[in-house]
Amino acid sequence: MTTAYAPPEVAPAPLLPGLRFELVKLLSPWRVRLLLLACLVAPAAFVAVVSAQTSLPTDTVFGRWMHATGFAGSLVVLAFACSWGLPLLTSLVAGDVFAAEDRLGTWRHLLVAVRSPRRIFAAKALAALSVVVLLVVAIGLSSVLGGVLTVGAHPLVGLDGHTLGAGEAARTVLLAWLCVLPPTLALAAVGLLGSVVLGRSPMGLLLPAVLALTMNLVLLLPVPVPLRLALPSNAFLAWRGLFTEPAHTGPLLLGTAVSLFWAVLATALAYVLFLRRDFTDLAYDGAGRRAIAAAALPLAGLAGIGALAIGVLTPASGTGIEKAKVEASLATAYGHLYRLQAAQLHRPAVTEAQLAASADCDKGGTRVVDRGPGHDWRCVVSWHLPGTSAVGTAIYQLDVTAEGRYVADGDGPKEVNGNFWVRTPSGDAPNPLWQLDGYVDLLDD
Amino acid sequence: MEPAARARGIIKTYGDVVALDGVDLDIGAGQVHGLVGPNGAGKTTLLGLLLGLATADTGTLEVLAPPVAGFVDGPGLYPTLTARQNLAALAALHREPTAGVDEALAEVGLTDVAGDRVRGFSLGMRQRLGLAAALLTRPRLLVLDEPANGLDPAGKRHVHRVIARLAADGVGVVLSSHRMDDLAELCSEVTLLCAGRVVFSGPVAKLAAEAGELGYGVLTSDEARAVAVASGTTGLRVAGTDPLVVRGPADALDDLVVRLVHAGVALRELAPVVSPLEAAFLALTGAEEAS
Repeated sequence: MTTAYAPPEVAPAPLLPGLRFELVKLLSPWRVRLLLLACLVAPAAFVAVVSAQTSLPTDTVFGRWMHATGFAGSLVVLAFACSWGLPLLTSLVAGDVFAAEDRLGTWRHLLVAVRSPRRIFAAKALAALSVVVLLVVAIGLSSVLGGVLTVGAHPLVGLDGHTLGAGEAARTVLLAWLCVLPPTLALAAVGLLGSVVLGRSPMGLLLPAVLALTMNLVLLLPVPVPLRLALPSNAFLAWRGLFTEPAHTGPLLLGTAVSLFWAVLATALAYVLFLRRDFTDLAYDGAGRRAIAAAALPLAGLAGIGALAIGVLTPASGTGIEKAKVEASLATAYGHLYRLQAAQLHRPAVTEAQLAASADCDKGGTRVVDRGPGHDWRCVVSWHLPGTSAVGTAIYQLDVTAEGRYVADGDGPKEVNGNFWVRTPSGDAPNPLWQLDGYVDLLDD
Repeated sequence: MEPAARARGIIKTYGDVVALDGVDLDIGAGQVHGLVGPNGAGKTTLLGLLLGLATADTGTLEVLAPPVAGFVDGPGLYPTLTARQNLAALAALHREPTAGVDEALAEVGLTDVAGDRVRGFSLGMRQRLGLAAALLTRPRLLVLDEPANGLDPAGKRHVHRVIARLAADGVGVVLSSHRMDDLAELCSEVTLLCAGRVVFSGPVAKLAAEAGELGYGVLTSDEARAVAVASGTTGLRVAGTDPLVVRGPADALDDLVVRLVHAGVALRELAPVVSPLEAAFLALTGAEEAS
């Protein structure tokens, strides 16, 4: 005879004390406290120390402006954090939040106390995401404070050469930090999923970092723009579009949307798989292959559908790096920076309209198609010399990366874009036209 | 006696493995009920069902005296938190008023280490803290999996006192243990599980009676003569000679003692090789034959 089973009915624990409990547990291990301390101190110390050096990290975006303004240091920290720092943080926090209970053998104890796997999941997910956000906020504030206190809150030169006043720079830097929260939350959600599916396995802990590393490798390649934009890691780069005039918000909004989709899907998958678990099974050591497939396939599907949708709904195609875009971007940056140089050299003021700068670019000679990333771009910038009808020219060698960022290296004439020093309010600085950072919007039609 | 929990025809399977196969169980309020069985018999599964950790495939389980508290598979504590933090966090999870944290710590004798991190606790201290955590909810049914595991004699006595006091206050206690001496000391009723089935359920004294003929070890001043005397004792069977082990009814054992004394052999010890409960366990689970 089969009869119904009647488990003891008790109301589950309220969410708020459960969340508090999870936060206490998450923040009690010394490694997490050390991590929080490091996030509070290390960025400020890094910015302070590096800003005082004669040699700056010019290969990192905004690195060359670290002597000029404290905001540049924060953006250098942001760039480093986006490459590996934030994925590692999410691994350490979210990747361990469920696995820790497996390691300590406390699941049954927790379930008896909370009486609801749903509440446990909600409290754990919220706690992990809160701690991740706390760590990001700590890094951001620390880097800004470190820069402002040691270098000062001076205007910042954007990625198209235009100057942002101190207030606007502060707002934009804070907005940039805010913009990396969605991809960070997406990786944190993947961490939750890994922690649920893979249990005590080290792979469960490292999943966000491994995924981020894989996606970063993909982003280094000249992959089609729709695929690039469908990966949440792209949102770690898209904040750069805020530092142009007008701001390139397309990739940023798409990156944010993609990241939120990933965060929601990964969290939902983790939730479903968590609720399926049998907590009386003492031999449990991570879900089986079917569960792993059930976790991985939807995310891969999301990336595929995302790429397809972006391909259909946006003008994105190819690598997104085209001759016309590079030329327009370089000409704009040149015009803005020429104005800056004129001011620094105490020459008569000039406007971008008067200069009417244009660029003519070629990639790799006549036998190579002028599109795609590479360090073999060569551009000739032309502009109208103020007060005369003559046209000036300057040559640049460009190293354009697959993500759309480029470094233009002045190749003459020496008195225009050569390596010489100019006197600025914050001290001597390299000629702003010598080497410059630029940005190509991959989505631009 | 008021019932605290009642299970009828509980079946629980994990894939092809039948963990519980038609289990009936009655736990009375104020009763300490022992759950014994070999490893894999289904004890932890049954305790998990009582705690609401899982649901049975079929059968009925009624918890008639809530709330239920306790632990299975270890007390489940967080090593980076102090004893007090562990309990305070748990107390905050309950909607109903709970016992005070300090009161629970005092109950299990851990007041002095309340501010210490659990990481440094011995297994016995963790067991006691786990018991304190269970006491926070003022349970009417307490479910404990191996509560005396890792306890030193003093700690064990302390825990036994706590369990006895709870039972005296009307709390139904179900505990599993492999230590038959603990069960004999604490439990009034015992259920013996083997391969997911109940092979015995009833008073401890009745289980002891299931032991059948016990083997007694005989320690004397002259082993060779003692073996000869035992061999000549009516109704007694020599089960081993080094050391001497005999089996037989009580009157035959009395006769052996008299005969040894008359033969000038000093009797130094006469005791069951295994306790009656252990012998019953071995006999009913078939472990004796297997060994």
